[in-house]
Amino acid sequence: MNTAEQHSLRDPVIEVDGLVACYGSRKILDDVSFDVRSGEIMVIMGGSGSGKSTLLRHMLALNRAVSGSIRVFGLEMGGVSSRELHQLRQRMGVSFQNGALFNSLNVEDNVIFPLREHTVLDDNTMRIMARMKLEVVNMAGFEKLMPAQLSGGMAKRTALARAIVMDPKLLFFDEPSAGLDPVVSADLDELILRLRDAMDVSIVVVTHELDSAFRIADRILVLDKGKVLIIGTVDEVKNSDNERVQNLLNRRSEDVIVDPDEYMQRLTDELIGL
Amino acid sequence: MYPVEENGGYSVVHLTGEVDLNCSPEARKVILECLRRNTPLLIDLSAVTHIDSSGIASLVEGYQVSRTLKLDFGLVGVSERAMSVLRLARLDQVFPIFASIEERLKPDPSQDV
Repeated sequence: MNTAEQHSLRDPVIEVDGLVACYGSRKILDDVSFDVRSGEIMVIMGGSGSGKSTLLRHMLALNRAVSGSIRVFGLEMGGVSSRELHQLRQRMGVSFQNGALFNSLNVEDNVIFPLREHTVLDDNTMRIMARMKLEVVNMAGFEKLMPAQLSGGMAKRTALARAIVMDPKLLFFDEPSAGLDPVVSADLDELILRLRDAMDVSIVVVTHELDSAFRIADRILVLDKGKVLIIGTVDEVKNSDNERVQNLLNRRSEDVIVDPDEYMQRLTDELIGL
Repeated sequence: MYPVEENGGYSVVHLTGEVDLNCSPEARKVILECLRRNTPLLIDLSAVTHIDSSGIASLVEGYQVSRTLKLDFGLVGVSERAMSVLRLARLDQVFPIFASIEERLKPDPSQDV
């Protein structure tokens, strides 16, 4: 039994069913359904504008769905109370694309921040926890640096340390490899795999980096124009005979087919006097 | 409250169940109280079902205090799951770790004259 098959037997931590999301009148996600199993690394791929960042925002309850449902740890995100969301977020860690570090706090205080927000632990305990996580991400010795003094890779590793400081059971990465050189990117992938194995955490990675996706994924979901093109193991995606999947894998651009009515609507929507 | 017993000149703290954000402050308190009595310390983790970073942090703080006081310190009964958490932060290379209390307490042949 391979890793993906083993995970398929586990309980789902995220269940997305028929999700539709819009910005204004524009449909971004259209009937998206999938689940993420406990201990699984699910990579969400797609080109620019495919809807992957919107999907991430919905899973984090930052956006509300137009229709369909998202359940995280069994909790329906559409009807979640602010108290439930607060508790839920203690079990979730997020590493945003730009790091989203607090510029006025040094590395250590950035990592401690969630502990101060969510726990009443002794200060010594919090500092040791933060420093342990900085060891894990190979940032030991840089505790007192300010974010402005960090390279891109260091900022990402600091953000990761902050994302895991509460020992989350569900971890989200938004474009972890973006802007990193291949060696640093491969190191980060290795770290993601180690975290999963040691912490038994479920991980959702949003990326457009193929090499990274193939290294870390148990399953890959490919989004295209807001729809799910394919969900499968790395081999299933690689061997897919779907032309659009292969275009994405081989980085071939597609001819854009213009619908004149839709195009004109986009150009003239909400203009006055037309 | 975690049970503490005296055994072979050591205080042995038996941690149990889930040592997480809710329980680690109590574990920390018991560990530091034992060290205040100036006795060498063993932490028995054999009945721990899960230990998170806050629990590990309590062990780190206890170990550092014992080093300052020059008191012997060790972990016993570390499960594979707990060991993987220690390994992640390379703490498996830091803590003195023994398979059991008996193994730690048995006489060291190298000390024989």
